[in-house]
Amino acid sequence: MTDEQVDLLFHALADATRRDIVKRAIAGEHSVSELAAGYAMSFAAVQKHVSVLERAGLVTKTRRGRERLVTTDIATINQAAQLLDQFEELWRQRVNRMGELLALETGESR
Amino acid sequence: MTITAIHKDPEKLTMSFTAEFDSTPERVWQLWADPRLFEKWWGPPEYPATVVEHEFTPGGKVRYYMTGPEGEKYHGFSEFIAIDPPKALELGDGFLDDDGNEVEGMPTMTSRVDISDIGDATRMVITTMFPSLEAMEQLIEMGAEEGMKGSLSQVPDLLAAMA
Repeated sequence: MTDEQVDLLFHALADATRRDIVKRAIAGEHSVSELAAGYAMSFAAVQKHVSVLERAGLVTKTRRGRERLVTTDIATINQAAQLLDQFEELWRQRVNRMGELLALETGESR
Repeated sequence: MTITAIHKDPEKLTMSFTAEFDSTPERVWQLWADPRLFEKWWGPPEYPATVVEHEFTPGGKVRYYMTGPEGEKYHGFSEFIAIDPPKALELGDGFLDDDGNEVEGMPTMTSRVDISDIGDATRMVITTMFPSLEAMEQLIEMGAEEGMKGSLSQVPDLLAAMA
């Protein structure tokens, strides 16, 4: 992540309404109008919040018929990232053992 | 041994892992080619691996089991897809049932091992590709069951905490 991306992310998450939109997007797909119905603000204002989240890479808008659905793959990517961390740890341990085995071969290493 | 680079791509479900050894490409190659050496590094000390079959040819397999502290056995295998000594190796990992038979329909991951002489050391790059998030979860969880999980580096999961 670049500094700019981090700035966008923190700015996006600094607002309670936007955090709530992300929560709802993680839980399921909603159209912008469905989301707007849940807040005491205009459709345009909600749409603006969605755009901020979109720029930060937190949600994506996909078209379904006449609707614009707000979805997020953050949860999926987070899960994948955690699994890759576990896999990294597995290989760290394995190459450590490889290094120890090679070091045992005395006199023949470079 | 120095780990010089790790690249993880959670969107493409790949990891590449680079380590440098103070040794020759031939010796690093032997860690894969020699079953007695292979079993010394594949599993952690508390779950040692025992290789029961090791056919080091393209299409051949290494079958092994790991023995846990309670004497429980976990079977697994890797199929050698391509072998180019002492430079490159491609393998697919799979799981075996308690009797050592291949489990049909289980996810597999493929890994490529590249070994190169970089002058005063030997570089080994392992690139692993997972077919899907579900497969990755299953493979890594089964690996964890074999005691390979080790101490996890926990990532702060901001969004999971929010949800």
